[in-house]
Amino acid sequence: MDDETIGADAIIVCRDVHKWFGKLHVLRGIDLTVRAGEVVVIFGASGSGKSTFIRTINRLEDHQRGQIFVDGIELTDDIRNVAAVRSEIGMVFQQFNLFPHLTALQNVTLGPIRVRKVPRQRAEQAAMELLERVGIPEQAHKYPAQLSGGQQQRVAIARALAMQPKIMLFDEPTSALDPEMISEVLDVMRELAGSGMTMLCVTHEMGFARAVANRMVFIDEGRIVEVGPPQQIFEAPQHERTRRFLSQILH
Amino acid sequence: MTAQGERLPPPTVSLGPSTWLRENLFNSWYNAVLTVVLALILGWLAIRVGEWATTTARWGVVTANLRLFLIGLYPADQAGRVWLSLTALSALAGLSAAVWRGAAVRTLAFWLAAAQALLAGLAAVSELGLAVTFALLLNVAIAWTAFAVGLRLPVPRPALAIAWLAFVPVALVLLAGVGGPLPVVATNLWGGLLLTFLLAIVGIVLSFPFGVLLALGRRSDLPAIRLLSTAYIEIIRGVPLVTILFMAAVMLPLFLPGEIRVEHVVRAMAGITLFSAAYVAENVRGGLQAIPSGQVEAAHALGLNALQTNLYIVLPQALRSVIPANVGLFISLLKDTTLVTIGAGLLEILGIGRAVLAQSEWFGAQLEVYAFIAAVFFVMCYTMSQASYRLETALGVGQR
Repeated sequence: MDDETIGADAIIVCRDVHKWFGKLHVLRGIDLTVRAGEVVVIFGASGSGKSTFIRTINRLEDHQRGQIFVDGIELTDDIRNVAAVRSEIGMVFQQFNLFPHLTALQNVTLGPIRVRKVPRQRAEQAAMELLERVGIPEQAHKYPAQLSGGQQQRVAIARALAMQPKIMLFDEPTSALDPEMISEVLDVMRELAGSGMTMLCVTHEMGFARAVANRMVFIDEGRIVEVGPPQQIFEAPQHERTRRFLSQILH
Repeated sequence: MTAQGERLPPPTVSLGPSTWLRENLFNSWYNAVLTVVLALILGWLAIRVGEWATTTARWGVVTANLRLFLIGLYPADQAGRVWLSLTALSALAGLSAAVWRGAAVRTLAFWLAAAQALLAGLAAVSELGLAVTFALLLNVAIAWTAFAVGLRLPVPRPALAIAWLAFVPVALVLLAGVGGPLPVVATNLWGGLLLTFLLAIVGIVLSFPFGVLLALGRRSDLPAIRLLSTAYIEIIRGVPLVTILFMAAVMLPLFLPGEIRVEHVVRAMAGITLFSAAYVAENVRGGLQAIPSGQVEAAHALGLNALQTNLYIVLPQALRSVIPANVGLFISLLKDTTLVTIGAGLLEILGIGRAVLAQSEWFGAQLEVYAFIAAVFFVMCYTMSQASYRLETALGVGQR
């Protein structure tokens, strides 16, 4: 199994990661290696731990046992390690989490200006380029409340990209969107994948997974049940639980 | 039937006053009866109050003691210093209204000028005479001139901020005096509206940042800070303001070494500030709790540290959402300054009112005195709530 061998271009390495929420054992020994430039789609039932897992990658959740390495840096309680890891990861949330008191442009420039100390002019220029890349440069001076869901999520993607991360995490980015806006966000993610970004996506969008993912990971009850390329997962799933879950969501 | 895609204009509604009356006050027989009855009652009340105010009321109690009401026992020959600080305040307010361009600042500056104009009118018919009238109207003119200048000349914002910061010690020195050419005026002589205004401004300006720090401290992860903040808030909130003022007046000198004498006014200011900070802290804590955790997560995912997250993401949203609650608190604070009469032995405007009523010639003129004081408080409190409303609208509270 290729997630046992740690290649030279492995950018995320998770070894036997366990997490408890109080008494609840949520992650039960996750082993996963992600190579640079890979697009990994994680899917599973709700409550299976998939969102919790990707949130441990940038330490929005901590883990009690096991090791997580991001670009060679181990994730521990040391805040310098955490800061170093977070500077390499961008995250897009299901609920967008845009800052409502700032315009779209200000949302995108906040990180570069305050964290990377980029001068305002250059940050705004780069932000406008990113907003063009996600297709909404004309919305730059609007507040999130004035944007549609799809537009807000695209601003959120631009905001994450503004920090020039090596890895992008997506936590169900289209689950809170109206159906007609899902495709505009998926198009941005597709373009991002094509440009060589390492992406870890938790999503139910199987069409997107089949077209874009290099590997798909099925998580059930805190454990990885099956890993493989989309072709294998969709056409020849090896575990009964995988087959059952796929039949439930592909109706 | 409209054609496919045709858009019609909305139906026109006649909005004349007779239509409004018919639809709102006279739309059914019982509403009509209610309207007539209430109109009669209100009309009768208005006539009775109007009659009293214009004939039997002895407004002389106000006009004959206007200086007492305005500046208390501040020596009359030094009163020009109070006027001078008002002049500086008016000029700064006018300039700020033009430069900072905020609706709230403009409301406050406008009402500072309007209040001085009203007082000028009152002074004209009182013992103070036309000299004071002209002095106050001059301040109004200065305020408008500063506003006009601020609109036309490019005033650097840091310079304006420094001017405000410098104004505070300058005004205090001007009022208190240092001896020599500027004789010392003991702070327990400061009274009336001057004292009310001063106590309220200092209380509001100092308790706000202190309260924000307490709220953040109460939610801190460090147990010592959390314990201290919680203890402070709960103890202060458990005690009436009067007792805090008593304790500040009596106990503060006990805690400080004998050489340091703390002015009575400073003790009152300390008591009011410490009291108000605990309430501001709880308001702000409510606002902080209402921030969705996703905001903090997004900030952390971007790499903002705890200080930056609070400064740029959490506090702007939290403080914005509790503006109505906090301004309500400040309006209460303004009215609570009346307690320093009991607690700290100072004579703010209500205390002056009661002292005036103790004079034999004005015995029985309570209604006039209290109506005047109520009117003064109403102007100040209404100004604050209007400024708050404009600030909320400008910041989009409740809209984004």
